[in-house]
Amino acid sequence: MNTRFSRRSLIKSAGAATVMSALPMRFSWANNHPTKVGVILPTSGVLAFPGQASRRGVEFAGMINKERNGPAMELIYADTESKAENGRVAAEKLIREGCSVLIGCWDTGATISAAQACEAAKVPLVINIASAPQITEQGFTQIFRNFTPATQLVSNAVQRIRELAAKTDDPPKTATVLYVNDTFGQSALKAMQAEWAKQNLPIEILDTIGYDVRAKDLSVEVAKAKATGAELLLPITRVNDAIMIVREMVKQGYNPKAIIGPGSPGPYEKAFTDALGKYGDDYMVCVPWLNVKNPRAVELAKRFEAMDSKNRFELNVGFSYEAVDIVADALRRAKSNDAAAIHAALKTTDIKDHVMWGGPIQFNEKGQNPNIGVALLQNQNSEPTVVGPAEAAVAEVVYPMRPFNER
Amino acid sequence: MYSLYANVIAGGVLIGIVYALIALGLTIMFGVMRVVNFAHGELVVLGMYIGYLLWLSLDITPVMAVPLSAIIMFCVGYVLQIGLINRFIRRPHHAQFILFIGLALIITGIHMLVFGPDARSIADPSSFETYEVFGLRLDAVRLYGAAVALVMIALLLLFLRYSSTGSAIRAAADNQTGAQAIGLRVNRLYAVTAGIGVACAGVAGTLISPIFDTQPYLAGELTLLAFIIVIIGGMGSLMGALVGGILIGVSESVAALLINPAMKAMFSYGLMILVLLLRPQGLFGVKQR
Repeated sequence: MNTRFSRRSLIKSAGAATVMSALPMRFSWANNHPTKVGVILPTSGVLAFPGQASRRGVEFAGMINKERNGPAMELIYADTESKAENGRVAAEKLIREGCSVLIGCWDTGATISAAQACEAAKVPLVINIASAPQITEQGFTQIFRNFTPATQLVSNAVQRIRELAAKTDDPPKTATVLYVNDTFGQSALKAMQAEWAKQNLPIEILDTIGYDVRAKDLSVEVAKAKATGAELLLPITRVNDAIMIVREMVKQGYNPKAIIGPGSPGPYEKAFTDALGKYGDDYMVCVPWLNVKNPRAVELAKRFEAMDSKNRFELNVGFSYEAVDIVADALRRAKSNDAAAIHAALKTTDIKDHVMWGGPIQFNEKGQNPNIGVALLQNQNSEPTVVGPAEAAVAEVVYPMRPFNER
Repeated sequence: MYSLYANVIAGGVLIGIVYALIALGLTIMFGVMRVVNFAHGELVVLGMYIGYLLWLSLDITPVMAVPLSAIIMFCVGYVLQIGLINRFIRRPHHAQFILFIGLALIITGIHMLVFGPDARSIADPSSFETYEVFGLRLDAVRLYGAAVALVMIALLLLFLRYSSTGSAIRAAADNQTGAQAIGLRVNRLYAVTAGIGVACAGVAGTLISPIFDTQPYLAGELTLLAFIIVIIGGMGSLMGALVGGILIGVSESVAALLINPAMKAMFSYGLMILVLLLRPQGLFGVKQR
């Protein structure tokens, strides 16, 4: 055997060494390019309040991800202007700009239209907030929803109401529903009526009163609700409507035993407590919420709120934060910017330590996370406070509600 | 049940009077200059922002802010007329339409840039107050708004009837050539008219700022509302604007009570179509020969 070291063997070895060393370098070089993550939210129009809160959650998560040396992400934003049809337009624009994964879109209409674009382009969409059940029932393969569907939200909400009624000596016997007449409001109403009958609650629903999503004035609607004499008011609203409803209730002297929103936005938002002050107290709502028993989550929430006194770490912020966490986790495991690889990683998501209350973040075959918990919140001293269920509560519930004129 | 209907109708009358002030601004501009202000809703929203800003920065309630709002908006209207609208008075209608649509977009854009898209509400203690009057529970801010609106409407009617400028404006409205022939400065009269029209819009906006949350996207609805009232009442008729406003205020409230709150706007449009079919010139308008 000839073991002589020749020029040819030197060149061959050098060539082989170059190829071998380039392989991991080429892989890590690919990962040094930030992944373009599109974020679709309604930051203008009637849904601007929660849309902007969601955006703050995404930005905060992006900042925390960088601090923790997480996967490099370039967050690119698109505004749906609170119009459902713009979900698709925004998604297509972001995909054309090179986004391999999208986050969005807050409202159901925009989410469904964006999902259609994602389905066509085979780009995954991590849904931060959108509760209509039909989102996961249309056969979309690219969606991953980390938010409670309205049916489950309402089912849990009805359960919280049942628990509350069982705890008190003076439970409400009648209820009236005030609901916003759009996709979200109608699906929440239907789900609530079905669940109410299924759980056979001993509280009779006297009337359901719908109002237009663009209504400027809800005085007649509240007057109708007051005329029913219902002991429990169940508003399915958004933040602006919730403010108008309570203002009218104060003016009209309508003091039911409790106001409980079965899974609707509004009362936990800073805009609500700032606008109403003491009149916003005692209002309850059943929504997914921050895990106040997780020290890391509480620390993050405090840090977020310290950044700007106008901030509150409510569910829009929390779930938008988690959406970025989910994408970062998938990118970490996929080790690729490719949409198909990210999609495969998202399907096997299993995040145990996360900020919102509930079990591990996992996605079933329809792209739904089935482990999200629903808490009973009550505004106490203008702060949303968890009062149920028992394992999540940090304060006692105030029931019956204090009359407005005695505050 | 009587109490429910009575309160709802009373609320409808009160808000209808403020609606009438909105429509008055539109109808007076058309009545005198034959110009249709498609940016009217945007000017109402500007008045809302004035009310909001004065409350936020100087703690002045919207009712107390009315005089200042009237002066500011009069100046806005006067300058707009002298600087821009006067050049379009004799141009074809489609050119005027484009002008006002452009103006509307510019004003909304400025609102968005300066204030952002968020709805702004006035959390003044008066926003939560009511008065008990003969068994009716009347919303304080609506009561104040309606009272001020009625005063403004009365002052305007007195001004047009009894003042020399008011007589000159009516002369220019009846016969522009004749008015010029007798030495009236018609362009200046038009500017005063525009100032009055825009002041009405702005004051109405200031008065509704504690009732409706202020946001840029309200403008389109308010423009439409003004048009419906003016069409029902009669273009160019001040009494028509007042009656039309009250009719719309009451019909919206009663429709929400009797039919479905989600469909109350449908009632207003239905009423407008009915008037167009049965009396196209409006309830108080003059039939065109």
